[in-house]
Amino acid sequence: MKPEKKKPLGILFWVCVGWIILNVLLAVFASFLPLIDPLYQNYNAVNSGPSLHHLLGTDDLGRDILSRIIFGSRVSIFVSFGAMAIAFLVGVPTSMLASLRRGRFDKILTTVMYSFLAFPAIIATISVLSFWEPRSLSKVTIIVGIFSIPLVYRVIRTASLAVAGREYVTAAKVQGATDRRILIREILPNITPILVSFLLIGIAAVVALEGALAFLGLSINPPTPSWGNMINEARTVLDVNPWLVIFPSIALVLFILSLNFIGDRLRNHFDVAEVKI
Amino acid sequence: MSNELLVVKDLHTTFATAGGDLPAVDGISFTLGENETLGIVGESGSGKTVLARTIMGLQAIKNATVTGSVKINGSEVVGTSEADKRKIWGTEVAMIFQDPMTSLNPVMRIGKQVDETLRILMGMSKEDAKKRAIELLELVGIPSPEERYEAFPSELSGGMRQRVVIATALACSPKLVLADEPTTGLDVTIQAQILNLLDELKEKMQMSVILITHDLGVVATRTSRIIVMYAGRIVEMGSTQDVFKDHRMPYTRALLESAPKVSNPSHTRLVTIAGRPPNLLALEKGCAFAPRCKYATDKCHNERPELQATGTEGHMFACWNPLTSSRGDA
Repeated sequence: MKPEKKKPLGILFWVCVGWIILNVLLAVFASFLPLIDPLYQNYNAVNSGPSLHHLLGTDDLGRDILSRIIFGSRVSIFVSFGAMAIAFLVGVPTSMLASLRRGRFDKILTTVMYSFLAFPAIIATISVLSFWEPRSLSKVTIIVGIFSIPLVYRVIRTASLAVAGREYVTAAKVQGATDRRILIREILPNITPILVSFLLIGIAAVVALEGALAFLGLSINPPTPSWGNMINEARTVLDVNPWLVIFPSIALVLFILSLNFIGDRLRNHFDVAEVKI
Repeated sequence: MSNELLVVKDLHTTFATAGGDLPAVDGISFTLGENETLGIVGESGSGKTVLARTIMGLQAIKNATVTGSVKINGSEVVGTSEADKRKIWGTEVAMIFQDPMTSLNPVMRIGKQVDETLRILMGMSKEDAKKRAIELLELVGIPSPEERYEAFPSELSGGMRQRVVIATALACSPKLVLADEPTTGLDVTIQAQILNLLDELKEKMQMSVILITHDLGVVATRTSRIIVMYAGRIVEMGSTQDVFKDHRMPYTRALLESAPKVSNPSHTRLVTIAGRPPNLLALEKGCAFAPRCKYATDKCHNERPELQATGTEGHMFACWNPLTSSRGDA
């Protein structure tokens, strides 16, 4: 009775995982890499295309694009990981508790969360960020994190509601397990697949959202680079130097695509295991 | 039948539904002694499972109201907080659930599920609990328990899973075990194995068992007493012998007759009970079985029969037109 072999995840999955890890490592160790200072303006090479010296070219102020993309990824990664950390740390325990306790606690909490969902998150974030000066990375992270809580709450509540109704949860209960124990030992392991894939997709969504905010000039202030504000600045010289838009966009798209793909693959992978049970 | 381990008195469980109050358990009283096996039989929807869950102190849904009294070894279950119930769950009373496919956590190793209980309720150390869990797995007849300790439920067959479920339920040597259709999901040969195992463990561990089933074959040889339920009420109860050989309630007879017999020649038509179980939201004033009963009179439709004694000790039935004692010609 050996456990069956699971469906392989595929090469593309591991390529995507590698890409995300590479991005994160580059972002973390950016200062130690032999990169040109992202703020250094080389007036001898303004708006130059890709060359040996500037692998991805320079912008209208002669700054190295490769370096700016790598430093810019710090913003995306910090905001997305941070915001999702906030959203999950608040959203997951509350939603799980609500699904187990039900009753008034669940009703009130769910109503509040769903009313927040009725707001378009991006409009809400934009309005808060417009008035909360001066903008900083942590403020953006906190706001995006808070507005992501209802989304996490809804998905995780539904998932754990399905688990909480299962017989083994009742069985654990009559064998003396307390609510806390049921949440941690019975429900959490059973919603982990959903948790992980939703986390990855959530991170991707926040990267895109941060890009949108930066494009609107509502994320971190220039000259600090971020993928979104690079695209925003490059817009004005699009006809002269299209590379300026193309490279940060590619970086943004590849990062989001990889995360989505990993999340999707993991979910399918776990689903196969579920069916067997 | 020395001490009374379980005393159920005038127990009602009513669900508030959109169509009105639904009396799933409607005034049930009975007692159970130590080391006794009681069978509760009835059709689907007769309230067996709700009764078991109410005795356990579990509410399936929140809009149920429970009145009456359930005392397990002296402690009241009805109306107490979950914290109080936790004191008797596992150590005094345990439950074996219907479907072994869903009553084990699919992502936890089976050994962990057994020793979890031991660690919570008995406060055992990790090593002791593991040792005891392996003993329990061996006790319920799982081959090479040390290896199986590490297995996930999906790696075991249905019968093996039910053995694990039994091991978890019995881990803390409860005095009363409620087995709610413990063999429904299993095929016939495995059913017999599991029931024999339960019997064996009952003797070994000195506990009382309530066996809930719709299968009369299951209770015939294994119980000392039987309760027949219909529409949330007890319609007949007595020793297994009395219920099988000397039943008074037409419903009991109908139930017995509808069980297929091996001794019948092949192609014998199965006897069925005409009609359908009653709608609990629109019960008649009289006997709930009257619309399906061939002996029903006007009185049956208008007045509800209460349980009355037959003269044989412990044998009671609720019927206006009881069958005459069939003991002589049986």
